[in-house]
Amino acid sequence: MFGLKSSSLFSDTKKLEREIDEFVDILSEVGLVFKNIIPTYLNHSANTQFDEMVEKVKGMESKADKITKEVEHTLYEETLIPDARSDVLRLLEHMDEIIGMYQGNCYHFSIQKPNFPKEFHQDLIELTDTVVNCVEALCLTVRSFFRDIKTVRDNGHKVTFYEKESDIKFSALARRIFDSELSLDQKMHLRYFVEKIDRICDQAEDIADEIQIYAIKRSV
Amino acid sequence: MDLSIIIFLLGGLFLGWSLGANDAANVFGTAVGTRMVRFKTAAIVCSIFVILGAIISGAGTTETLGKLGAINALPGAFAACVAAGLSVYLMTKVGLPVSTTQAIVGAIVGWNLYTGSATNVKILITILGTWVLCPVISGLIAMAFYSFTKNFLLKRKLHILRLDAYTRTALLLAGAFGAYSLGANNIANVMGVFVPISPFTDISISSFFVFSSKEQLFLLGGIAIAVGVFTYSKRVMFTVGNDLLKMSPVAAFIVVISHSIVLFLFASQGISNILQSVNLPSIPLVPVSSSQAVVGAVIGIGLLKGGKEVQWSIAGKITVGWFTLPVIAAVISMLLLFILSNIFNLSVSF
Repeated sequence: MFGLKSSSLFSDTKKLEREIDEFVDILSEVGLVFKNIIPTYLNHSANTQFDEMVEKVKGMESKADKITKEVEHTLYEETLIPDARSDVLRLLEHMDEIIGMYQGNCYHFSIQKPNFPKEFHQDLIELTDTVVNCVEALCLTVRSFFRDIKTVRDNGHKVTFYEKESDIKFSALARRIFDSELSLDQKMHLRYFVEKIDRICDQAEDIADEIQIYAIKRSV
Repeated sequence: MDLSIIIFLLGGLFLGWSLGANDAANVFGTAVGTRMVRFKTAAIVCSIFVILGAIISGAGTTETLGKLGAINALPGAFAACVAAGLSVYLMTKVGLPVSTTQAIVGAIVGWNLYTGSATNVKILITILGTWVLCPVISGLIAMAFYSFTKNFLLKRKLHILRLDAYTRTALLLAGAFGAYSLGANNIANVMGVFVPISPFTDISISSFFVFSSKEQLFLLGGIAIAVGVFTYSKRVMFTVGNDLLKMSPVAAFIVVISHSIVLFLFASQGISNILQSVNLPSIPLVPVSSSQAVVGAVIGIGLLKGGKEVQWSIAGKITVGWFTLPVIAAVISMLLLFILSNIFNLSVSF
């Protein structure tokens, strides 16, 4: 009827809704796995449990990629949400980048095996928790964008809050690392990891800012 | 049927084609412009419902137009229609959504002036009054609908995709209603001048169904409108849909439904009778401009949003078209009447 059969319009819509929800679920779950990966690594260095978690992240990343492609295909094929299509696709791609960043961090820990002295463990775990909380707030913002644009601002504000927290924790940890007695090469190595984790928050904040703009565009 | 009659009727068909190319585009312009409904789908639905509206409910406005100036010779009706069609075509060529209503009124007044017939000033004032009322009412309806819909959607928290599906369905239904109203309201412009001199005779199918000569004329006019929709309306649809104000699909729906309600109000004998029965002033059954109704609705929404997004320069260009169109149509009408009566020796009035 509209370029696609009317009977399939609503079924396609429901399928897409499910896929987008599933995608946001994956982003949230990857974060929760990542939250456990760091303490696991710090306590046991790389071991079987750690490797299993990395594999799990890898599997979820592949699934997220598949969903992105399917959503992209359906949106263009069936000319759905013509006014917001590019925004939605960009949003999914940028969220997918966060999943990629989580995965990248896992791989770097797995390959480079950074040696974090015990005195930095708690700070690193707290930084990771803040980053995951930030992405969780982003997930809420994304869900708001799709269902309830009135709450986009509130949830977006939480993302900004956690991003600032993360910056503070990153700076404090980096300062402590460079104030320590470690060799410069090790300091640089650890800083690299801390910075990479913190960057997830920057990406989340950028996406939350984008969503605020998309929400304005989406207003009736 | 005499070949000359067919040639003269072509004038009306040309005007119908112009109406399809221009005014009918208003019904689906916002839906197609926002890419919520494909042009082909819009054209099919529009054509079917324009024809239905013309045949079922086209009589009221035709009567009013007949009172403005009863063109009593086929060559005269031909000249009026060609003049109106030509002026609308010229305006459409530059991408302006002008009004067939104004063109035909200009052309009829041109016939009155040329033949020395009296123009019914009361009817003319009524028609001019509805031209002002039409965009105002449409704008007010759009504003009310917009506020209601906005609050409703904020409360319902529909998923963006589900809202998209509902909006597409609503746009198509509103478009069908709009096309029906357009057919009912504007068929008078296309075939009104031919009704008193219809070359057709009533066709009786058994004793229950009579397909009157007027209805046959309206069917012919409706088909001409449909041809106009398919062959030339795409460009105007995109002008209406995109240039005047960048609209969300939901706003597009509000524009279509507001426009449709206004056209229906000015064509509905039933509503007019109900108002009269409760001692309220009846609505004059006048062919109004669908372009004005759409522009009124779009500006109404734009104003509600603060007025910053309305492309006033385009709105201004459209308004200039409204003033110049009846004059152009009247001048062309008189010119054609002069040619028909002096070069072809045809009687343009009795």
